[in-house]
Amino acid sequence: MTVLAPTDLDGALAALAERPDATVLAGGTDLMVELNFGHRRAGVFVSLRRVRELREWSRVGDELTIGATVTYTGLERGQIATLVPALAQAARTVGSPQIRNAGTIGGNLATASPAGDTLPVLSALDAVVVCASASAGRREVSVHDFLVGPKRSALAAGELVVAVRVPVLSGPQEFLKVGTRNAMVISIAGVALVTDAARGGLRCALGSVGPTALRAADAESFAATAVEWPSRRATPEAAIEFGRLTAGAARPIDDHRATAHYRRHAVEVCARRAFERVTLR
Amino acid sequence: MTDQAIAITVNGERRKGRTEARTTLADFLRDELALTGTHVGCEHGVCGACTVLLDGEAVRSCLVLAVQADGADITTIEGIGPEPGRLGPVQQAFMECHGLQCGFCTPGFVVSVTSFLAEQPAPTDDEIREMLSGNICRCTGYQGIVAAVHRATELIEEATA
Repeated sequence: MTVLAPTDLDGALAALAERPDATVLAGGTDLMVELNFGHRRAGVFVSLRRVRELREWSRVGDELTIGATVTYTGLERGQIATLVPALAQAARTVGSPQIRNAGTIGGNLATASPAGDTLPVLSALDAVVVCASASAGRREVSVHDFLVGPKRSALAAGELVVAVRVPVLSGPQEFLKVGTRNAMVISIAGVALVTDAARGGLRCALGSVGPTALRAADAESFAATAVEWPSRRATPEAAIEFGRLTAGAARPIDDHRATAHYRRHAVEVCARRAFERVTLR
Repeated sequence: MTDQAIAITVNGERRKGRTEARTTLADFLRDELALTGTHVGCEHGVCGACTVLLDGEAVRSCLVLAVQADGADITTIEGIGPEPGRLGPVQQAFMECHGLQCGFCTPGFVVSVTSFLAEQPAPTDDEIREMLSGNICRCTGYQGIVAAVHRATELIEEATA
């Protein structure tokens, strides 16, 4: 086993170009577990821990660019939490404080687990993933195209997630998740809901109930007319219908964590609650 | 397997060593540096017994490779007290409030609590349970631990008053 520890982005891209068989190691909260359990063979790893550029975030106009190795702790605290509240709420539900100090948003994207907690939020925000490689340079991929399937992303060999760009929207945001306890759980179902007051609509995405994060298009269309914009007034019946339509977008499976039936029900309840929280009677 | 050279600062002391790339920081601390206070429980990031401070932040040392920590500043349970043989406020509080029984999980709890109280000096019961959600204790039922965290806030306040 070899671990390369580049200290800047160019060094990381060069290392990946030189060793196309290398695996990128960010916070290690998924990869190290696989290694410790013998589910992954030792090989060549490129550690991003010392690459400073990837740890930073910036705001230009109404857009944030969040570096790939910004941790969940970084997302749940300070300015990012105020600017993109749903991302902070999702980050707060990940693992434990020790895990949140290590795990990164770029790792969540590149691992592309169906249960990745930031992924439904990024989907609802129509985030853009910035990727880079030594040979092809930078490219930007919509998060919807980036997440290809369970643990599969659009990353090419030798390519790295550099950052993710998300809009700063006006209006409330919610992230709700169901698990077996309040910490240290892999999500059974998750719902991200963001309001876009400027455009007069809601955007809703689901986690852990499909091969990747799924958008609830029918529920979004319904909310465009069922909610009064910009006052965000809606009836209690609208909340029930929004929950029902959102559950209709889920494509859950039975597995060791929950049944498909339970997951669909959890989505319906979470979507209804999230809708009630972002709208006014 | 190829050895890689690393240099880390542990409890204020500069330490150099060579290690296999596969070695976790937890194993390096225990086997190479003989700092066996850091315990290895589950080895998949759930139990929290291996918690250390890495550049000031509480992390699981079983999920960090020693070579990743090259150049980092690490605090283990051995460096939590003011000097060898004297207890720090969190350790004192765990002793007073029966925050431990068998003691296996205790180093992880003490390191975690030390880090959390630095950021949140007066937590509520709920906040304490949230901050300790990544540390598992199979003996105490947590009542003594929660009491110990409250007591630690008093001891820290007294010490700084």
